[in-house]
Amino acid sequence: MAIPRFWREIPSRYNLLGSKCGNCGALDFPPRSVCPRCGRRSVGKMQKFRLTGKGKVVTYTVIHDAPKDFDMMKPYVLGIVELDEGVRLTSQIIDVEPGEVKIGMPVEVAFRKLGEEGDAGVIHYGYKFRPVT
Amino acid sequence: MTVRPVSVIGIGETQFGELWDRSFRELGIEAGLRAISDAKIVAEQVDALYVGNMSAGKFIDQEHVSTLVADYAGLADQHLPTVRVEGGGACGAIAIQQAAMSIVSGVHDIVVVGGAEKMTDVGDLEAMQILSSTTDQEWESVFGATFAGLYAMMARRHMFEHGTTREQLAAVAVKNHKHGALNPNAQFQKEITMDMVLQAPKVAEPLGLFDCAPLSDGAAALVLCAKEKARKFTDTPIDLIGTGQASDFIAVHDRRDLTTIDATVIAGKRAFHAAKRTPADVRLAEVHDNFTISEIMAIEDLRFFPKGKGGYATEDGETALNAKVTINPSGGLKARGQPVGATGVAQAVEIVRQLRTEAGKRQVSGAEIGLTHTLGGTGGTAVVHIFARGD
Repeated sequence: MAIPRFWREIPSRYNLLGSKCGNCGALDFPPRSVCPRCGRRSVGKMQKFRLTGKGKVVTYTVIHDAPKDFDMMKPYVLGIVELDEGVRLTSQIIDVEPGEVKIGMPVEVAFRKLGEEGDAGVIHYGYKFRPVT
Repeated sequence: MTVRPVSVIGIGETQFGELWDRSFRELGIEAGLRAISDAKIVAEQVDALYVGNMSAGKFIDQEHVSTLVADYAGLADQHLPTVRVEGGGACGAIAIQQAAMSIVSGVHDIVVVGGAEKMTDVGDLEAMQILSSTTDQEWESVFGATFAGLYAMMARRHMFEHGTTREQLAAVAVKNHKHGALNPNAQFQKEITMDMVLQAPKVAEPLGLFDCAPLSDGAAALVLCAKEKARKFTDTPIDLIGTGQASDFIAVHDRRDLTTIDATVIAGKRAFHAAKRTPADVRLAEVHDNFTISEIMAIEDLRFFPKGKGGYATEDGETALNAKVTINPSGGLKARGQPVGATGVAQAVEIVRQLRTEAGKRQVSGAEIGLTHTLGGTGGTAVVHIFARGD
């Protein structure tokens, strides 16, 4: 992924910055400029909102056939995590054996290397989730 | 479709498979010319060309493919309007709907709809990455999500909530290979066993290699015609009696229910409403089985079976050839092959062939109507078409 393309999403990928609708109060991650529930009534009223990074696994898979950039990590666990605030996101689940991941397992955010721009390019960092110890 | 009804008067299809000796343009032209010849029309009667193609720009570095195909079909001097439609895996099905709307509106009388993809000019890993480009690149792929991985997470949740088993997923692949063995144009004309599916290398758990549709080359085409003129060209016009398209959140994690493709539910309702039919009327359908779990969700979301019972119905043989409702008599994406752009059109070709009772060994007996269901991405788009034998 090109440097500016990754860079412009850093606030959300580093700090779980989402948005809160000024009309209905619902949260979204990543941040949206229009609330999917309120439509035009939310335009101009969306505020930034930082999520706590605690949640649970809703579903998961173990990836064996990985894209080139993730080849060194396979097999790895990928999950959909529902944060305590009710928002869902897709993330790797780390620091756990693939056979030990369970639906409903409590997890928390960790700051990790996601990938890099070729052999000598910049490193992309962002969130992964690990079991709460 | 009440304004001006539309009929299918011609169908054409190439062999599907790893066709190293065939180019994109050759495949597109072959399917198109077969459809034109089947319709017994001459090229001068065609008013427009619609082409469903997902990603020729990435697969063969070629955009502008609708004009390319028209040109090499010998139609350059005719200066046809040509339209390329993109919508992930649903592009061919959307192209049919757009072409039909151009007839419904009265702008055109006879339109050719093609669908084509050439996927094997790049390596397997690159092809899989291109397929993944229909997911959310910023919030799914960048974190290591693959196309199969996203469907695998829906499968895992379906197993958790509804008790669907690994064997039920495998039963979809076994059944579709059995059907594909009867289709001379299918990529895989070979039956497989439950054990082969269960023992296959893992792709994204719980899905293995035989839970995934293959990478393929191929093309398919239809000739659509205003119904009032269709009898001039054929004695067996097949009418498009209802279509529905729907979209949803692009990322799987944003969807209301991870075990339901809401876009399918809504597209199905729209198509059934337009066709004035109900799911109980359908005994023949081609559904989007890019992964085994996709077929299970599709037959539930189209209301052929209650939510959570799709796996059980498949295991019990209720979706096999000439059973309660025949699902994917062509072999589906799994066995017929998955040249993405061709998919929606090839599904329609199969349904028309069945309704004309020209499907040979895989003929579904007594079917009066048939349905196609096509997904874009992981279900961010769904298209449903319902066809009926012309009166």
